[in-house]
This record gives sequence, structure tokens and C-alpha cells, in this order.
Amino acid sequence: MRYQKLFIALAFGLLAFWPFISGSYGTDLVSKIMIYALFALSLELLVGTTGLVCFGQAAFFGIGAYSVVLLSPSDTSASVIWISLAEAILLAGVFALLVGSLALRTQGIYFIMVTLAFSQMAYYVIHDTPFGGGTDGIYMYVKPSWGVIDLDKPAHMYGFIWVSLLAGFLFLSQLLRSPFGRALAGIKVNEQRMIASGFSVYPYKLAAFSLSGALAGWAGYLFAVKDGFVNPELLGWHLSGTVLVMIILGGLGHIRGAIVGAFAFALLQEFFQSEIVFGTFAKHWHLGLGLTIIACVAFMPNGLVTVPRQFMERLSGRSFNKSSQPLGEQS
Amino acid sequence: MKTDILLSCKNLTRRWDGIIAVNDVSLQLERGSVHAVIGTNGAGKSTLINLLSGEVEPSSGRVELLGQDVSNWNQSRRARSGLGRSYQRNTIYPCFTVLENCRLSAQAQHQTPWSIWRDAQKDTTSLGIAREAAHQVGLDDLLECQAGFLSHGQKRQLEIAMCLSTSPKILLLDEPLAGMGAEETERMLNLLERLRANHAILLVEHDMDAVFRIAQRITVMVNGVVIASGTAEQVRTNSQVRTAYLGEHG
Repeated sequence: MRYQKLFIALAFGLLAFWPFISGSYGTDLVSKIMIYALFALSLELLVGTTGLVCFGQAAFFGIGAYSVVLLSPSDTSASVIWISLAEAILLAGVFALLVGSLALRTQGIYFIMVTLAFSQMAYYVIHDTPFGGGTDGIYMYVKPSWGVIDLDKPAHMYGFIWVSLLAGFLFLSQLLRSPFGRALAGIKVNEQRMIASGFSVYPYKLAAFSLSGALAGWAGYLFAVKDGFVNPELLGWHLSGTVLVMIILGGLGHIRGAIVGAFAFALLQEFFQSEIVFGTFAKHWHLGLGLTIIACVAFMPNGLVTVPRQFMERLSGRSFNKSSQPLGEQS
Repeated sequence: MKTDILLSCKNLTRRWDGIIAVNDVSLQLERGSVHAVIGTNGAGKSTLINLLSGEVEPSSGRVELLGQDVSNWNQSRRARSGLGRSYQRNTIYPCFTVLENCRLSAQAQHQTPWSIWRDAQKDTTSLGIAREAAHQVGLDDLLECQAGFLSHGQKRQLEIAMCLSTSPKILLLDEPLAGMGAEETERMLNLLERLRANHAILLVEHDMDAVFRIAQRITVMVNGVVIASGTAEQVRTNSQVRTAYLGEHG
């Protein structure tokens, strides 16, 4: 536990100093990865914590992204950071509340399909109506600012993303320790028992779903502001699938797994796309990335975050989980 | 106060595609009394518990909890009103510790989901209830043990402790003694005798010695129908029961 906290503190410390030691390309890359990490955190709350496999998370991300562009006051004056961010979070959260209130009446594979259907609906509304600018997307000419903070400057943008990721991580960590978070954990493990104990599980799941959507909206906001451009693919199922792969790669059930997974995925993608390493084969990067992920999931089914502990156990030949003394058969 | 009726059902019936699992069953559970329901496998005992606890909706009939008609209440609302149940098959949270299994059950009666800045596992109210429940079933020494690693008998004890953690007034216990050793059975029966004073207990059990030892009333079910109901002595001497059920085992 102590090592985990140390690792997380070191990782965030390193991220804080990263712009000073890397070039503009590196800063830009890590900015993007941190946004994906925040996005992955939002899905981890649903999949890893509550056991709800949502396959439409990109819709909330995309709504957060589109809201900042569509709700900007004009093409010439900048919107205030806090107001535009609040709008993005609120819109994504409210949409998640609507989707969740219907989708949570289903379970298992049906839940996956219903969330996918709703996100595709949002996708086509943006894609096929003039309201969302169609396939071409929309440019954002003036980025939000507040006082001395101007998100048009890469350094400011980087700092704002870093703070967002840290805040999202700390918020989720605390949430999972709270009575609400423990109830979500119980729902994931044994929903029937939770009901028998006296929990109305639907409001809990709906609250988790809305919160998750709001967090995804926050990540979408950052993505739109950083790139200054939105297109319908931000709501597409490809992105929903990608973020699902990220949290599986990192390790479900651990919130730091979402961050580790986002970094691992994006860096692997960067590696396989590199023409310096792979030459002309780099254009087939999907193949390399896919095979690597299959190998990772096959050999590390519990995700990357459990690798250090497994390594230590192999090394010392004993179990580190002090609370799991075997006393009989396991159910 | 010895005779107040905490839970009752009238003409409870449940059909599944042509099969009548529970047919026109009426019974009453009183404080200070253990009411055993016995019957062969498939007699509808577990379905009866599911109907009373609200896990399964009845095809017809009504359920009254503390004098109030709760037929339209869902399971969690009934549970919050004092109806606790245990399961025939262990339904614990295997990856949590014994203490957390009980604490989370206790949390159900004191829900504060909005207080997200509080640490649930430092909540003294639910921890106190959880420790007391674990103590009652004799799991004090295993509080920090992961529940999935308990022996079968210990899991049965935990199942009861989780039920007690919800501070119920009525206990619906589905075969709490199944698979327990002699010593564990003895401890559980002593516990039930102690709980009897302040609770109404419905006990579904196959261990006849245990049933005749602690039950004040016994209801015998065959194919979803109640064929006899009365005191232990009345049931023991009932000729219908002897041929239908007790005879097969005697």
C-alpha cells in the first residue's frame, strides 16, 4: 500500500516536470495521454468498480468536447474556463443520466448493446445534422481563458490537464473509500446480496453512471480545447472500444490501472507507429499493437498493475496478501 | 409482547409455467418463536422464503410485515424495514474481509451515500454492528480474513452474521445448518435460541433433530402445499406427515 502511494506520487511528480525535460512533441504527446487517462478513469468507475461494462463512453467524451466548441460565445472572444468546463461536465452528466436511467434497466450483454446504441445515436446526430458541423467537424478559434491562465499556451494547457488528472484521480480514490464507493464495490461482487441487505441498487448505479459520464465530459472538454478541433469520431464506438482496452490492459478494479493502461496503450501505439523502428512496416501499426495487447492480456490477465506484486511473489515464493490465509476451499 | 406477529402471509401462491411451486400458503411468524418449515426437496420451501423476502413476486396472496401490507414492496425496502434473510447457498462477498462483509451489510441500514468525504471502513456505527454480529456467530478471530478463504462451515456462520448485521426483526434462514460440523451446529442452535427472544425466526432446515429441538411451530410442505402445521408434538404425531415425509427418513 505504501509503495503504491509512493509510486503514484512519483508518477505525478514526473509528469509535472515532464515539459521541462522534453521537447514540444513530448509535451504534446503526454498531454494527450493524460486526457485519455482521465477518460479511462471515468470508465474504470463503471467497469472496474461497479461491474457495468459500458460500450458507449465516447458519447459523453464527445459531448463534453462539442459543448465547449458549440457553446463558445463567439469566434472572437474567449470563453471563461470554469464556465465552459462546468457546461461540458454538466451536459455530459445529464446525457449520462438519461442514458443510464434507461440502460440500467437491462443487464449483462443487453446493457453493453444499449449503451452502444445510445452512443451511436449521439454520433449520428453530430455526424448527419448541420448542428454539429457534419463529418468535417468544427474548429475552435479562440480557446478558453481565465485571468492569467490562457489555454492557448501549451504550457498552461499542460498544467491544466495535469491538475485535472490529479483531481480526477484523488476524487475517485476518495469516492471508492466512502460508503457510496463501498456500495458500488458490493454491487459489483454480489448485487443480489446487496438488495437482500437493503440497498436499492438502481440509484447507486445511476449515480455512478452519471458521475462517470460527467468525468468523461471533462476529459472531452480538455481534448477539444487542446486540439482546437472536434469531429464526430470523438463520439464513435472505436474510441469507446479503445478506452475499454486501456483499462483492461492496466488492470480492472484498480483506479491507477486506468492511468497505467492509458499510458501503456498510447506509448505502444507510438512505438508501433514509429518509422525509425519499423520503417515502412510502421503503416501496419495496428497489427503490432493488436498482437501485443493480445499477448499482454493472455499473460497478464489481471493487468499491468498487478505485475510488480506477481514478480515479488515469484521472487520470494510466498503470498503477499496477508489477509488471505487459506483456511479451506475457495468459493 | 411474547405473541406479537411480526410477519405473516395469506394465501401465498407462486406458479412457474404450469408448476405451482407454492400453493395457497398462509403462516405467521411471532416474536419469541422459531417457526420451522420442513419438507422434501422441491417442496417449495426456498420459494416461500423468496416470496416472503420479496425476491420473487407472488402470483397471488399477500405479505404483511409488522402489521403493514408490504406485498408491493421490493426486496430492499422490506430488508430496510427489518426483514433479514440468509441464503441456502453461500452468497457472501468472497473478495472482502469477514469484517467488511458484515460492515457493508450493516451499512444498508445506515445509508449516507452523499457523504463521500467519509471513510466507510472507519465508520464506527457500522463497524460496531459488524463486530457484534461476527462475535455472535463466533467469527471474532477471523475478522481480517478474506471471506473466500473460509471453510464451508465458517461461510455459513458468516452468512448468518451478515444477516444479523442488518439488525433485522425477522430472520428467514434457509438451511443455516447445512454442511456444518457437530460443534458448529451446536453453536448455531445456541445462537438461534438466544436470538429467539427478540426476533421472529423462520427456519428452513433438513436436520430434524435440530428442528424438533428449537422450533415452537412446525409447518410441513409437500409439493408446494402445507399438509400440516402446529406444535412439534402435533406434527410428530400427524399421520399424513408420517407417511409423506418423516416416514421416508425414519
